[in-house]
Amino acid sequence: MSPWWQAHSALHPNGAQLSLIIDRLWSPMFAAAAAIFALVAGALGWALLRRRAAAEAPDDPGRERGMRWTVSLATACTVAVLLVLLGLDISVSRATTAAPGRDALRVVVTGHQWWWEIRYGGVVTANEIHVPVGRTVVLELRSNDVIHSVWPISLSPKLDEIPGKNNSLSLRAERPGVFRGQCAEYCGHQHAKMAFLVVAEAPGSFERWLQGQRELAAPPADDLARHGQQVFLSSCAACHTVAGTPASGRAGPDLTHLAGRATIAAGTLANTRGNLAGWILDPQTIKPGAYMPPIPLAPADLHAVVAYLETLR
Amino acid sequence: MSATLPGSASGPDRAPASTDEVERQLERTWRPDPGLLGWLRSVDHKSIGLRYVVTAFVFFLLGGIEAAVMRAQLARPEARILGPDAYNQFFTMHGTTMMFLFAVPVMDAMGIYLVPLMIGARNVAFPKLNAYGYWVYLFGGAFLYLMFFLNTGPDAGWFSYVPLAGLQFSPSKRVDVWAQTITFTEIAALVAAVEIIVTVFKNRAPGMTLHRMPLLVWAMLVQSFMVLFAMPWIATASQFLAMDRLVKTHFFTPATGGDVLLWQHLFWFFGHPEVYLILLPALGFVSAIVATFTRRPVYGYPAMVLSLIATAFLGFGLWVHHMFATGLPALGESFFTAASMMIAIPSGIQIFCWIATIWAGRPRFTVPLLFVIGFILVFVIGGLSGVMVASVPLDQVVHDTYFVVAHFHYVLIGGAVFPLFAAFYYWFPKVTGRMLGEPLGRWHFWLFFLGVNLTFFPMHQLGLDGMPRRVYTYLAETGWGDLNLLASGGAALIAVSVAIFLVNVAVSLRAGSLAGDDPWGADTLEWATSSPPPPYNFAVIPKVSSPYATWDEDDRATDPQRLERGDFVLETGHLTPGTTPVDGHMDEILAMPEESPWPVTLAFVATLGTAFVLANHLILAAAMAALAAAVLVAWHSAEPEAA
Repeated sequence: MSPWWQAHSALHPNGAQLSLIIDRLWSPMFAAAAAIFALVAGALGWALLRRRAAAEAPDDPGRERGMRWTVSLATACTVAVLLVLLGLDISVSRATTAAPGRDALRVVVTGHQWWWEIRYGGVVTANEIHVPVGRTVVLELRSNDVIHSVWPISLSPKLDEIPGKNNSLSLRAERPGVFRGQCAEYCGHQHAKMAFLVVAEAPGSFERWLQGQRELAAPPADDLARHGQQVFLSSCAACHTVAGTPASGRAGPDLTHLAGRATIAAGTLANTRGNLAGWILDPQTIKPGAYMPPIPLAPADLHAVVAYLETLR
Repeated sequence: MSATLPGSASGPDRAPASTDEVERQLERTWRPDPGLLGWLRSVDHKSIGLRYVVTAFVFFLLGGIEAAVMRAQLARPEARILGPDAYNQFFTMHGTTMMFLFAVPVMDAMGIYLVPLMIGARNVAFPKLNAYGYWVYLFGGAFLYLMFFLNTGPDAGWFSYVPLAGLQFSPSKRVDVWAQTITFTEIAALVAAVEIIVTVFKNRAPGMTLHRMPLLVWAMLVQSFMVLFAMPWIATASQFLAMDRLVKTHFFTPATGGDVLLWQHLFWFFGHPEVYLILLPALGFVSAIVATFTRRPVYGYPAMVLSLIATAFLGFGLWVHHMFATGLPALGESFFTAASMMIAIPSGIQIFCWIATIWAGRPRFTVPLLFVIGFILVFVIGGLSGVMVASVPLDQVVHDTYFVVAHFHYVLIGGAVFPLFAAFYYWFPKVTGRMLGEPLGRWHFWLFFLGVNLTFFPMHQLGLDGMPRRVYTYLAETGWGDLNLLASGGAALIAVSVAIFLVNVAVSLRAGSLAGDDPWGADTLEWATSSPPPPYNFAVIPKVSSPYATWDEDDRATDPQRLERGDFVLETGHLTPGTTPVDGHMDEILAMPEESPWPVTLAFVATLGTAFVLANHLILAAAMAALAAAVLVAWHSAEPEAA
């Protein structure tokens, strides 16, 4: 099965903030750590295995002076290396925490158990953060239940969403792509399956996407979808919103433009017809403990509601 | 306790008795009561210390089994061995067990067993309190596991972050069980700390000045002071949490003016020092073992002691580095980065001193030394990744990922479990009188060393590849499957190595070669008495005039003469010398309490009371509180007579 996002690793950054950290902090620290480990292991190996003269006394006082110099020198080197690393840390810290410019795009990301609500002004979507390439985006991090942590793995460091506290996390995508993100703070049963996607696209297509998201859901065009909408309004609307219909529940993700998203269930399943049907019938097998209950629909109703959901572009 | 003038209880003017007769008299005075009742009433530090170590090791095995099941679940993507509900209990139990029921208690337990022997005392300063500490710990841990087996194990993580651990998001009794159980272990740790501090300051053999104390005793002393300053914070925090949950206070509820970060500050103000509570005694083991198996004193005694003390101070200035992803002000964070990096300096100094000692000495490649070598290699890797996560931007990348899981297992397994296994091989002959087998010991070491690295090294990469900690499964598409499979294979090696250790212990207990008093040629006082030590530890309180008491042949040669003269034999009662805290001058002769049924009774009543509180039977809980008060009266009604 091929991933519907691109390979993700913090060591191959796609975002400006993370690039800075990896290049200017991780690389020198990793090199220093490898060198120090080699030195310590080498010194230990030599101390253990060196040839000893038969007459050598283990507590020869004449040797103590040399040992004092060696231990002192090693300690001084430790201090020096730490000071250099501290300097690097402070300089990178200042650069990554610099205030974003006025033109930064502000997106409110609210963590819920176990999905993400994404708001651009009045536009509401879920589990997918679209950003324009090359522009700084400030994620305003909110939570009304427990602590979550937003981690766009290959784009930026992570920051917690803490009830009662307003944090913000800056990221700037350097290239277009679909990048995976993950909740990093343990938040209950389905912490494992609380992922999100960051979709970085050229500014023009980002604006078109945002414009599309502002529109109300188009009314269903055929009988099957019309039937599906009826099923939706009676079975799903208590928890989900579809703008332009009476469905205005807030407990679950806004589904106004569901069909435009790559995944369902917070980055857990590809957004396909079969997965949608399976998720509606039996979410508790896919995400045990999630707040979505099983919806036991008759096959015809299920078929219709999936068809309706697929019209929500 | 009461005092008389030094020497008056057994002064040289007493009619000399034969050595055998004196030892029989000591044996009669100190002999433990037989049978189960005698065992329950015991206040001997060796008996308590040994059962403490064994209990803690049983919890280590339980925590290890939990880890093994989790590794089985994570070996393949989307496995179904554990669902999220069970997995979340498993990882919470694993962390809680390893930190609260194994790592801290086992170090305290080793101290309770070894410190009196290493300073030439006959028992800890408050033997009944000491027994109480053990029973409270045992009952608290047993209660936690009972609830876990009843599917009411805690599931909010071993640091129980609110609001997830609050009533709204964890409405069952699971978090209550956690909050109450760790309170039990906090009491036990505080008891052990008080014991060790007072014993070290007041009960050292005459002549053992502070600067002649073995490094392990220093480590236990410094660690005990850390416990005194660290444990009250978690006790406060866990009681706040219990109150939020049981009587609806609002310490941690943001909607009603509480603060969720307050919990994190309180928890980590204890939780970071806790790492050093575990590490410092382990460093003491390492110092003892390095000296013995290089046949020379550890190089740089003052530097070693000052490093321990510096670590203790700095250990309290790092807690915020667990909170770098909470969005605290940047300037404050830089302070904690600097402090976190600084603590590498005293650790570095100690490692340099050990390497210098090994270089200058003549290493004997016994199993304890192998584990010490493993300790240095594994712990240094953990320390280096620790410097990385001390940096705020880098920590914000790897925080709460498997990189951090790798880091703290390198630190804790490297810094505590390797030294502990070294200590088991080293002191087993003293405790049992038999050597712990070398050939199986080597298999144990190599499989454990390989297993630990195979399990935890790939986790660094997994974390950088985006795998968060505390996930019960992951999707195949993440690409994390192969490294997870490798890690699970390593875990299987660890399991095999620990099984070999258990077999080795079982075989050696019956058929190990006899150890004699001092099989290693070691420098500290516990090797100056028989193996296992008699109930009174030393027939004659040893004379100390150097930091390496058992290597001091002149002093040791005088012990039999002093025994014949009756000089510091103190055979007329439960007596031990009391000395001055700094210079170790003879000060008074202290009468120690005899066996007592009240410590175990009080601990049991307290456990019942807690269980009734959890079950909302408040009247029964109040009855238990009244009963506990009555038990305390009985406890204090039989204090020792003046010597």
